[in-house]
Amino acid sequence: MNVRRPLCLLFAVFAIVGLSRAQDGDGADTASAEIIAEAAPVISPLPVPSVTASDVPNDDGSAILVEWELSPSDSVGGAVVGYRIYRAFADSGVFVVIGNRSARQNSTVNGEEVEPGVDYLYRVDVLAVRTNADGSSDTLAIPSQSSVPVAAVVQWFNTDRLWALIWFVIIAAATIYFIEKAKRGGNIYVRKIGGIDAVDDAIGRATEMGRKVFFVPGIQDMNDVQTIAGIAILGRVGAVAAEYETRLEVPTSRSMVMVTARETLKESYSKAGRPDSFQEDQVYYLTDEQFAYAAAVDGRIVRERPATIFYMGAFFAESLILSETGNAAGAIQIAGTAEPTQLPFFVAACDYTLLGEELFAASAYLSREPRQLGSLKGQDFGKGIFLLAILLGVILATANLIDLSQYFRIN
Amino acid sequence: MRREVPLLITFITGVVFALSYFIPGGWLGQTERVFGDWITIVQAFAVWLGVLNLLKISLIKIQRKEHDWGYSVVIAVCLVGTIAAGMYSGFAPQFESFRDPETPFNFIFRNIFAPLGATMFAILAFYVASASYRAFRARNREATILLIASFFVMGGRVPLLDSIFMPIIDGTFFADFAGWIMSYPVTAGQRAIAIGIALGIMASSLRVILGIERSHIGGGN
Repeated sequence: MNVRRPLCLLFAVFAIVGLSRAQDGDGADTASAEIIAEAAPVISPLPVPSVTASDVPNDDGSAILVEWELSPSDSVGGAVVGYRIYRAFADSGVFVVIGNRSARQNSTVNGEEVEPGVDYLYRVDVLAVRTNADGSSDTLAIPSQSSVPVAAVVQWFNTDRLWALIWFVIIAAATIYFIEKAKRGGNIYVRKIGGIDAVDDAIGRATEMGRKVFFVPGIQDMNDVQTIAGIAILGRVGAVAAEYETRLEVPTSRSMVMVTARETLKESYSKAGRPDSFQEDQVYYLTDEQFAYAAAVDGRIVRERPATIFYMGAFFAESLILSETGNAAGAIQIAGTAEPTQLPFFVAACDYTLLGEELFAASAYLSREPRQLGSLKGQDFGKGIFLLAILLGVILATANLIDLSQYFRIN
Repeated sequence: MRREVPLLITFITGVVFALSYFIPGGWLGQTERVFGDWITIVQAFAVWLGVLNLLKISLIKIQRKEHDWGYSVVIAVCLVGTIAAGMYSGFAPQFESFRDPETPFNFIFRNIFAPLGATMFAILAFYVASASYRAFRARNREATILLIASFFVMGGRVPLLDSIFMPIIDGTFFADFAGWIMSYPVTAGQRAIAIGIALGIMASSLRVILGIERSHIGGGN
């Protein structure tokens, strides 16, 4: 065992501690210096002229919107420093503070402890700074008239999302139709996806080189659909790796992903007829922290130099850190994510990249199961609708006839 | 039962979350909030599952003196040390909370964890440079178009080109051109990808809710 590298690592940690402590020392003077806002003299700050409260539309009756006219004394550089919002039950009239807003702000949403159907009153006090003769200052609160009673109302349907529902129903119906059609044996054509076709070759390369395959399922938990798509692909990758008897490792950043990935891989190895080849420590947890995870995976890539690396799931700033390290290690890399901002990084650093929707299609494509392929047709049907709508919308908007985008907008 | 119960849970939660997006009030909204709380609770407990697994794997590596076992020592020491510091900071009477500025836990966070994280993030700048170098090589037609577009975007954003050509072209021509590239061709491409992603998420979610996609629960029929 070469102990030099861990010692160097420890040394680096201590060096960073020392440096950051030194930085703290430098900043201590600044931190200890108190910044005292200059208090402008107050003659007679004026109260808020009016306060209105209304139910927040399209919600579950748990919020009330409070709006007020700015105090005439609220001007840039003036004495008004903010507003304090009070609420009272209409039947008791006892006001309690529910929050503060800065100067020049004229609304807030009261979304805490609001019961639907209960009448509330709201009052907004102007907060202003007064400078005394001895140079000291204190804060004045000038109360307003209270609003008229208002109650939150439960809305049973969010009308802002009506068009989203309509398109959802149409596309979901089309998807289910194509799934049923595929079940009945209908011909389903799916175009070739280069990145997915390369999976077997990439694992085969690792087998020939006698090196490992890494599968990185992103940094989000199982409640992210990208992670689910990544785990679905892991199932197929695991089956091929088991068949080729190649060591596959899955470093995860979430415990739930670790457990799910283990179950998936165990099943894949069983299906491939090699249940004994599966070892639980193939799938391991590292950390939930984004950059600590990136550092840990990078370390393993550099030390173990895997022949093939898959990145399938949700990635953020760590995408390029991981894929560039893999590139430098000489690994063949296949990535897939639905984060548009990270796609250029993967395209630049990886050999194959599944762009957005291809990540979700990959599982169906690899399984070749008719029902799954049928759902891809539903997806294509939706794309056809949007393509037509874009073309038609451009023509209609250019002719100044109708704004078609209103039927695709979610407020 | 090993398959049916997870599929049933997936179906019920999927339908509740989908419907509550359109129907915010009533029992659907309340159920969605309850499910949200459950997710948080399960995730909180699951952290321990991961932490204990990490510790177990590290200790096994150390015990067996496997390849690179020294790193496992670093992991185990840091893990146990941070947990101990957090426990002490949380329960010691002189601190109100483990987040107090004077606690050992906060010391570790500010002086080790945060600088290390910032260091990793800073490395990104160098990787962007090396990745850009490869991506902008004019190997084929598409790469050449990318190279030309990136030349104008970078030159316009810096804004180097406007400074160089100031005697010839007055104003902010190159900055405006870079803005045009970003606002129109780039936005159009990104929106096309975004539409595909939205539809992909929808189809994928339907597959999971309807039990067609089962890989995440171990596959099988």
